[in-house]
Amino acid sequence: MEITRRHLLVLLPAAAAAWKFVLAGTPELAPNYTRTEHWWGMLIDIPKCIGCGSCVRACAQENEVPDGYFRTWIERYHVADWKIEKPEVESPNGGKQGFPPNPESGGKNFFVPKLCNHCADSPCTQVCPVGATFVTRDGVVLVDKTYCLGCRYCVQACPYGCRFINPNSNTAEKCSLCYHRITKGLTTACCEVCPTGARQLADFKNPGDPIHEFLRTHTVQVLKPHMATGAKVFYNGMDGSVR
Amino acid sequence: MAGKKTSVFKDIEHLIRLVLVMAVGAAAFVVVRAAVIPHSFGQYGHYRGDAIAEIAARPIAFAGHQVCEGCHVEVVEQKKLGKHVVVPCETCHGALANHADDPASVTPPKLDTAVICARCHEANSAKPKTFPQVVTADHSGGAACDTCHQPHKPGIEAAPAKVAEGKK
Repeated sequence: MEITRRHLLVLLPAAAAAWKFVLAGTPELAPNYTRTEHWWGMLIDIPKCIGCGSCVRACAQENEVPDGYFRTWIERYHVADWKIEKPEVESPNGGKQGFPPNPESGGKNFFVPKLCNHCADSPCTQVCPVGATFVTRDGVVLVDKTYCLGCRYCVQACPYGCRFINPNSNTAEKCSLCYHRITKGLTTACCEVCPTGARQLADFKNPGDPIHEFLRTHTVQVLKPHMATGAKVFYNGMDGSVR
Repeated sequence: MAGKKTSVFKDIEHLIRLVLVMAVGAAAFVVVRAAVIPHSFGQYGHYRGDAIAEIAARPIAFAGHQVCEGCHVEVVEQKKLGKHVVVPCETCHGALANHADDPASVTPPKLDTAVICARCHEANSAKPKTFPQVVTADHSGGAACDTCHQPHKPGIEAAPAKVAEGKK
C-alpha cells in the first residue's frame, strides 16, 4: 500500500501516543517507604577515622564507580604548628588503597572522609538546565542519568568538588547516598563497611535516630558553612584547617 | 457603504489564513511536546519523577551484617569476645549480597590477612593515637596475621588479659 500524505497525518499522532505508552511503566519504590517521612544526611566522626579506605572501595563496588573517579574519598591533612590556613592535603587514589606511612610526624595529622553533602539548598541542582538533578522529598540529591546532557554546569557549581563526568556514560555522577539501599531499610555501603563507626547514616526526621543526641552533645560543623548550602553531612571534631 | 464593508473582509482574508497557520503550528507544538516530555516530568518538581524509582531499583552489592549474622551465629558469638565485635563482616570479607542470595553456589574468597589487617592496623601518624597500630615489617616480617591472631577475636590468649585487650 502506498503511504499518502493523508495516511501519514493519521499515523503520526498514533505513533506519538504509542511512544508515550512505551515511556510509561517504570519500577515502583520499595513498599513501606514514604519519602516525606525521612530527611537523610550523614555524620562523620573525624577522630574515629583511620584512613583504611574501606568506604572508598565499598562505594566503588556498590555503585560501579570507574577507576580514578570517586563518589566518596578520604583526604589526609597535615597542619604544621600554627599554619592553619595552609594545610597540606593529600588523597592518593582517593585513599582507596589506604595511605602510605605519613612523611610528616610533627604537627597535626588526621583523615577527613568526603562525599556529597546532600545540600538542602544545593547549588548543583539550581544550575541544571534540563532538570536532570534534583533534591528528593527525603533530602537526597540525585542525578537522572537518562536526562543528563553532560554539560558540566553542576560539576563547576558544587563548592565541594563532589561531582564528576562518568567517562563511560558522559553524564554527571555523584554520591546518591546509596538511595537504592536506604529506601530498602539498609544503611549506605560506606557506613556499612566502616570498621570504626566514623561514618553514620542519619535520618533527621526520625526522632529515634541517635543523630539528635549526638548533635546536642558534640561540637559539630558542616563544610563551608559560609556558602549556606544547607549541607547535611555533619563533621564531628573537625579542625579549622579543613576546606 | 455596503460595498466598502465587503472590501474590509476581503482585506483581512490573508490574516485569517495566517491565524489558521499559527493555530496549526500551536497544535503541532502541543502534540510534539506531549510526546517528547516524559509523562512523570514535573510530578514532584522540575525533574522526571520516575527517575527516583529507577535509581532506587539498583541491585545491592553489600548484604549488610544483619544478614550475615542470621546464618553465621558461631562467628557472632566469637566476635563478641574480642575487640572486632564492632567491625562489620563485609569490611574484611567484601561485598557478599550474591552469597547471601545463593549461599550454595557463591563462596566467599579466602582472605590474605597479611594484606587485609594492614589496611587498618599499619602504623600511620594520622591515625587516632588510641587505635592499635603496628609497623607490619617489624611486627611480623610480612607473615600472615592469622599465624598468631584469630581475626574474629584478635586478642592473643596466652598473653595476660590486660595486654591482649589493650587500651580502651
